[in-house]
Amino acid sequence: MEAQNSITINGNEFLFEPGDTILEVARRNDIDIPTLCYLKGAAPRGRCGVCIVEVEGQDKLPASCSTLAANQMIVLTESPKVIDSRRKTIQKMLSSGNHNCAARGSDNRDWTAFQLNVQQDDKSDQLCPVWGDCRLQDLAYRYQISATGMPGTIVEYPMEDVNPFIVRDFSRCIMCGRCVAACREIQVNDAIDFGQNKLSNKIIAFDNKTLKDSDCVFCGECVQACPVGALVEKDVRYRVRQWETRKVRTTCTYCGVGCQLYLHVKDNKIVKVTGVEGVAPNYGSLCVKGRFGYNFVDSPERLTTPLIKENGEFREASWDEALDLVAERLKGIKEEYGSDSMGVLTSARVSNEENYIANKFTRATLKTNNIDHCARL
Amino acid sequence: MAGLAAAFGSGAMTNTIEDIGVADVILVTGSNTTENHPVLSSVVKRAVRFKGAKLIVVDPRRIKLTGFTNLWLRPNLGADVAWINGLMNVIINEDLYDKKFVENRTEGFEELKKAVEKFTPEKVEEITGIPARDIIEAARLYGKAKAGSILYCMGITQHTTGTDNVKSLANLSMLCGNLGIPGGGVNPLRGQNNVQGACDMGGLPNVFTGYQPVTDFDARKRMEEAWGVTDLPDKPGLTVTKMIPKAHDGELKALYIIGENPLVSDPDLNHAEKSIKNLDFLVVQDLFLTETAQIADVVFPSRCFAEKDGTFSNTERRVQRIRKAVEPPGEARDDWAIICDLSSRMGFPMPYENSQAIMEEISRVTPSYAGITYDRIEHVGLHWPCPSIDHPGTPILHGEQFTRGKGLFHGIDYIPPDERVDQDYPVYLTTGRVIYQYHTGTMTRKSEGLNECAPECFIEISPQDAKKYNLDNNSLVNIESRRGQIKAKLMISGVAVEGTVFIPFHFAEAAANRLTNAALDPVCGIPEYKVCAVKLSKAA
Repeated sequence: MEAQNSITINGNEFLFEPGDTILEVARRNDIDIPTLCYLKGAAPRGRCGVCIVEVEGQDKLPASCSTLAANQMIVLTESPKVIDSRRKTIQKMLSSGNHNCAARGSDNRDWTAFQLNVQQDDKSDQLCPVWGDCRLQDLAYRYQISATGMPGTIVEYPMEDVNPFIVRDFSRCIMCGRCVAACREIQVNDAIDFGQNKLSNKIIAFDNKTLKDSDCVFCGECVQACPVGALVEKDVRYRVRQWETRKVRTTCTYCGVGCQLYLHVKDNKIVKVTGVEGVAPNYGSLCVKGRFGYNFVDSPERLTTPLIKENGEFREASWDEALDLVAERLKGIKEEYGSDSMGVLTSARVSNEENYIANKFTRATLKTNNIDHCARL
Repeated sequence: MAGLAAAFGSGAMTNTIEDIGVADVILVTGSNTTENHPVLSSVVKRAVRFKGAKLIVVDPRRIKLTGFTNLWLRPNLGADVAWINGLMNVIINEDLYDKKFVENRTEGFEELKKAVEKFTPEKVEEITGIPARDIIEAARLYGKAKAGSILYCMGITQHTTGTDNVKSLANLSMLCGNLGIPGGGVNPLRGQNNVQGACDMGGLPNVFTGYQPVTDFDARKRMEEAWGVTDLPDKPGLTVTKMIPKAHDGELKALYIIGENPLVSDPDLNHAEKSIKNLDFLVVQDLFLTETAQIADVVFPSRCFAEKDGTFSNTERRVQRIRKAVEPPGEARDDWAIICDLSSRMGFPMPYENSQAIMEEISRVTPSYAGITYDRIEHVGLHWPCPSIDHPGTPILHGEQFTRGKGLFHGIDYIPPDERVDQDYPVYLTTGRVIYQYHTGTMTRKSEGLNECAPECFIEISPQDAKKYNLDNNSLVNIESRRGQIKAKLMISGVAVEGTVFIPFHFAEAAANRLTNAALDPVCGIPEYKVCAVKLSKAA
């Protein structure tokens, strides 16, 4: 083992490359250091204090996401000191706003009053909209924390829901900055940032405008990055719970980039879309169409039966009737005018398999090469 | 694609999306990337912001990417060959080209050299309106790059000189030895999810799958054997832009349209509409009763991407899975199943159990897809060519040699656009998309949120032109070309260049294509959507 490239984590020795952070070495070796503000692909901030570790010979607990691994470094990821610090950090976040899950606390009087307040802010009698799908809640359970007895903070900024896609609930924001990193470093849309001076406890769009009036293009990268309930899809909030859905991985149907995405399905309906992280070509990113443009799928205007036009009007028909009619007409035209009097426009929208079948049908059945699609249009 | 095929022997994005991130210089032209390929545009923006890549944008409109650029060249519409030749003129004169690459990997250099000789920076400034010093600076920037990536889209191809434009970009890239290397390449960005796949799968009049020519005897024999048929036609068929006039003249009797909406997307729409209505028989297979489906004789309901299994091939030639997530509405069926059933009724049975069985046949008859199976692409897609089951796929094309052997330079002269402004029609019109809508809007306009963000058509105009023609912001304006007329709201914007207005083509009720020119590129038959002459007046 190369002496200058070795680090000890929780008693085990690992190799690292110069430039690796402690977190990267740990993750590569299946050691689970919890993180919150860390966002893959963006510069580590060491901001939230959750991924701190104990390094032998250092008093302070450095953030593992932004501290480089060094030779002969001895690291503990779950020492009593680390756990104590993490608990305090998480407890502070938990008490900082409308985190009304069970983790918030079970002191009866406090709980009821708190819940009633939050319900008023939320205009809903349900628990937090991301209950069960929240990094902060997960951490609270993992470290057995409640915020019982901690003073609640006053909600300073009203909820923003004036755009069609994203609800910004500042009462649940823990200022971790993942959304800012997602916007500025991943999508590079530069629409949001940390506020300054009096607004230093708020994530703002330029000039403190609403997203709708800002440079935001609603890619939703920030929503996917948000570890709590501060940024939630408008159509999902209080309508869909994560455990009610199943996820199906597929490829986006819009432009040619071919983003990998998950369709979240509830009762045979797509209710949410997220990007598949860690996989080319999009590594979790999507655009506004890929993330929010799925309502056409269950539009009431979808065609549901074959239609045949008679006397200028469409009437519904069975598959047998419609297919027989088309087969007869095409055969007739082929016989009377020849194969090259027919053409097929296949589609840049349908699958490879379907294009292949259209190509085979045109050439082998119709016996013409008159096939094209709208690549040029 | 004909342009790249002529130069390299293969018409597709040469490099991958991720690979753009390792370029030293990125040249983007005729692509409003942030609106049309937002996720890919992030790769470009990250390369510039965080990795020190230099960005050259060549586009008449002040598109968002110009905010990230070191150098923004603003050419007159349809002057692409001129500025590209201008860059090469400087690169050759200043000895910045890759002599080793030119010597070993290419042919036709002398012809190129002769053709670009007269395109001095001063001459190019005259034609394109780009200052000579900017031409020189761009040439030096791109010419000196270790790896220079070229990205382009419909702003390059949708011209009567589209093929020439693409060949010119291929010239430029070869001249600087930027092919077959990471961070280099000539990269056409595909605007629709499966344009690449439709081309790969023989959805073109001149080729079977994998670009095997229908005129090639051996290719036809292979297909006849695989399909169990005889007498496959040996003459290339009609492109869509030739089918329409044939329908108009009554020579084309029947058209079968799958998932396309030419009654919004075709150029010179008034003419296209008349032509399609002149057909004896029109069948449309679609999700919705589109403008085109409304005039069909028979309409079949089909399934959308979320309701079926299969594959799409993305712009970087990566074959990726789609999977069924929800049940289709009513009796809607897979497009392939409808056609197979129809084929059986016409006397040629095409039975397949599922889409996977079709992919197995595709692999058998298509050398570039031979190694692609559903199992292999379960988690991550593969880039074709993937000629065998143990082949890892080909992220970067033309590594050792070009598909056609040596890369071919084409000496190309500048030809002005088909229609130019005059006294009667004094303003240029160019068309494109906006981020919240997609193509003819059949899907996006049925997604409420997207529609809320971009509900209607607009005419984007420069403040100078608005003043010149005495038109108010947000007022309703008539816009008229020699072919048609529409009304839309005026949007005064710093994005527009003086003398040119822009209209998105998504909106059937104010279809930009009622105005556009159907003049075609003589090689690939692409229409000149990006340039025509119009006039503006206040709507009553």
